[in-house]
Amino acid sequence: MKSDIKLINNEGKRNDGRGPKDIRKIKIEAGVLHRADGSCYLEWGGNKILVAVYGPREAVPRHTQNPLKANVQARYNMAAFSVEDRKRPGPDRRSVEISKVISEALEKIVLTEQFPRASIDVCIEVLDAEAGTRCAGLTAAGVALIDAGIPMRDIPVACAAGKINGQVVLDLGKEEDNFGDADLPIAISPRTGEVLLLQMDGHLTYDEFNEAFDLAVQGCHKISEIQKKAIMDKYQNAAAEVNE
Amino acid sequence: MSNEGRQVVIPGQILGEFPTFKPGRGTFVENQKIYAERLGVLNIQDTFINIIPLKGRYDPIVGDFVIGVVEEASASHWMVDINAPYPAMLHVHEVPWEIEFADTEKYLNTGDTILAKVLTIDESKKLQITLNDRNLFKLKGGHLIEFEPSVYRRIMGKKYSMIEIIQKYTRCRIKVGKNGRIWIDGDAEGIERVAQAISKIESEAITFGLTDRIEELLKKDAKDVR
Repeated sequence: MKSDIKLINNEGKRNDGRGPKDIRKIKIEAGVLHRADGSCYLEWGGNKILVAVYGPREAVPRHTQNPLKANVQARYNMAAFSVEDRKRPGPDRRSVEISKVISEALEKIVLTEQFPRASIDVCIEVLDAEAGTRCAGLTAAGVALIDAGIPMRDIPVACAAGKINGQVVLDLGKEEDNFGDADLPIAISPRTGEVLLLQMDGHLTYDEFNEAFDLAVQGCHKISEIQKKAIMDKYQNAAAEVNE
Repeated sequence: MSNEGRQVVIPGQILGEFPTFKPGRGTFVENQKIYAERLGVLNIQDTFINIIPLKGRYDPIVGDFVIGVVEEASASHWMVDINAPYPAMLHVHEVPWEIEFADTEKYLNTGDTILAKVLTIDESKKLQITLNDRNLFKLKGGHLIEFEPSVYRRIMGKKYSMIEIIQKYTRCRIKVGKNGRIWIDGDAEGIERVAQAISKIESEAITFGLTDRIEELLKKDAKDVR
């Protein structure tokens, strides 16, 4: 989809003032819900996302139980008021797909073999959407899983790269996503660099793909630091305050 | 006070090399390196690296004293919720009473609270508990509150010092299960104060000098101390 909307100006600045390799502002807070085993609230640009983790608990219905490992069931859901025109509530084709890819990404990182027959439920609620909600949801889910005390190999993190006006850029905003040329969301395990999720919308040449992929990986590492800081803020610093 | 020695670690964090250190609870090994697998506090004993979890569901170990709530009574066994990811089975052979077939409901029914011990855990994490031991019985009356299972050690304190202080100042009967449940019996005011102390322990679990602060809290409004 080609359009003549100018998304990047002659000085290389994007519409919201970012450079091509800048991510939007991210704020992460762990442990915001009392009833859930673990939770996380994340703001990423205009995205507002709340994640709750329950479990490990016995998987129901029984035939879904796996005698060798736990199921990770993520449910991605967009609130009716999260987009400009009211979204019809309930699962649709898009959210079913996103739930599936996020579940599979998390399954690779959680030590599922420690909890046979159990299920770990991750509820991702998108309260406000502004492009890149699956990456934001997965990033928040990683923090919420740690907050729930679930054993994991690493903290999953996601970020998107894309192409606007023929140039490869990091972390697409709303207009860039709608009127750009391509969107490439990826999720990685930052410790090993393994890819947990990779999707693409639009067209990229082989070289552009490699460039976008490397850029997104760099973005993931930046966001991973923010994630770790959020968890440390909640636990290490809380301990320090009482001690003083 | 310093916060050294109480280092918080997060999953995927590298803790040491394999030959010099050995992986303990809450860690895993990959390419000769030891990593943390969960959020917790680092604890190194000799050459073993352990992680004391900060949060997370109760992980049953054989021999643990637990407080269970009966969920279902069948002809030959009860299913008991012990706060683990899986329900636990209590067989009629594992209770101190002589029970006729299908008479289980007369002794324990849905909603009853018991103090039990974890008997066996098999490969697929099927749990069995028992009431056949000293100090195991059905808990009548009282109040049940829940806490984060990882702070069990703090609630008990060194050589049970913490729990003895709570008992001394509130004059309540208290039973603590390793599965994150406390059963309290006493007057309403006492129960309220135990709950208050427990929630303070929970929120300040990784700090030093906690026992003294709890004693202070309880001393403030203690009327008569035995």
